[in-house]
Amino acid sequence: MMSRASAFAAGVVFAVGLGISGMTQPAKVIGFLDFFGRWDPSLVFVMGGAVVFYFAAFRWVRGYGTPLLADRFRLPDRTDIDARLVAGAAIFGVGWALAGYCPGPAITSLGALSGDALIFAAAMLAGMLVFRTVNRR
Amino acid sequence: MIDTVLLPLAGGALIGVAAAAMLFLNGRIAGISGIVGGALGLPRGDLSWRLTFIAGLVSGGLLLSLVRPSSFPTESVASTPMLIAAGLLVGLGTRLGSGCTSGHGVCGIGRLSQRSILATLTFIASGATTVVAVRALGGF
Repeated sequence: MMSRASAFAAGVVFAVGLGISGMTQPAKVIGFLDFFGRWDPSLVFVMGGAVVFYFAAFRWVRGYGTPLLADRFRLPDRTDIDARLVAGAAIFGVGWALAGYCPGPAITSLGALSGDALIFAAAMLAGMLVFRTVNRR
Repeated sequence: MIDTVLLPLAGGALIGVAAAAMLFLNGRIAGISGIVGGALGLPRGDLSWRLTFIAGLVSGGLLLSLVRPSSFPTESVASTPMLIAAGLLVGLGTRLGSGCTSGHGVCGIGRLSQRSILATLTFIASGATTVVAVRALGGF
């Protein structure tokens, strides 16, 4: 029960962070990717603020043997670089630039009843299901 | 200055706080595509925290729309076919590449993961290339 409450609260704070930082404005995100036009550096500061905080927190939290509300830490353990990683990231980047939405801001914008975000998120779920189906073969 | 530096930094710090809380409390990486994609797989006993996190995101969006409506665009920035194509690519790409802006760009880089650093550079590069291409073709 507590772990569900903490996940909910973290989701709320995450969404508010996205909204305040400007990441729920697709035009702003596309502006960041527009290095050869009118570049908007905002995303550098969003990622910078988040990464610096997370970097410090990660080092501190790892000092604990287990998380507060779960039996163990579940962290990615892969270190190999493979074609799927690079191809997947490249495909994601194309979609990100076409609409200015990545998964977090899109789902956050559902709460604001954004029609664009609804269409995008439905297609995103379809894309994830396509991956699951193909990946199983 | 406020819109391009201070608010992004403040919002970014909140994102970092939320991601750190997921790690400290739930022992999980706050990667949105991974959380959503994992929820679609219906793994046993692993669903509830994913759904409550997603519900938190949507609730946060609702809260923002009431308190700070300027957080969201007032008009559409992409056509419906473009939104559908973009969503499909983002869904497919994030699952194939094991993460998105939050999982790789924030949590992965924060853990100094080489995979995540490469993935982040790759999606920013392909995104920037896409913007150039779309502009050349007369979009945006």
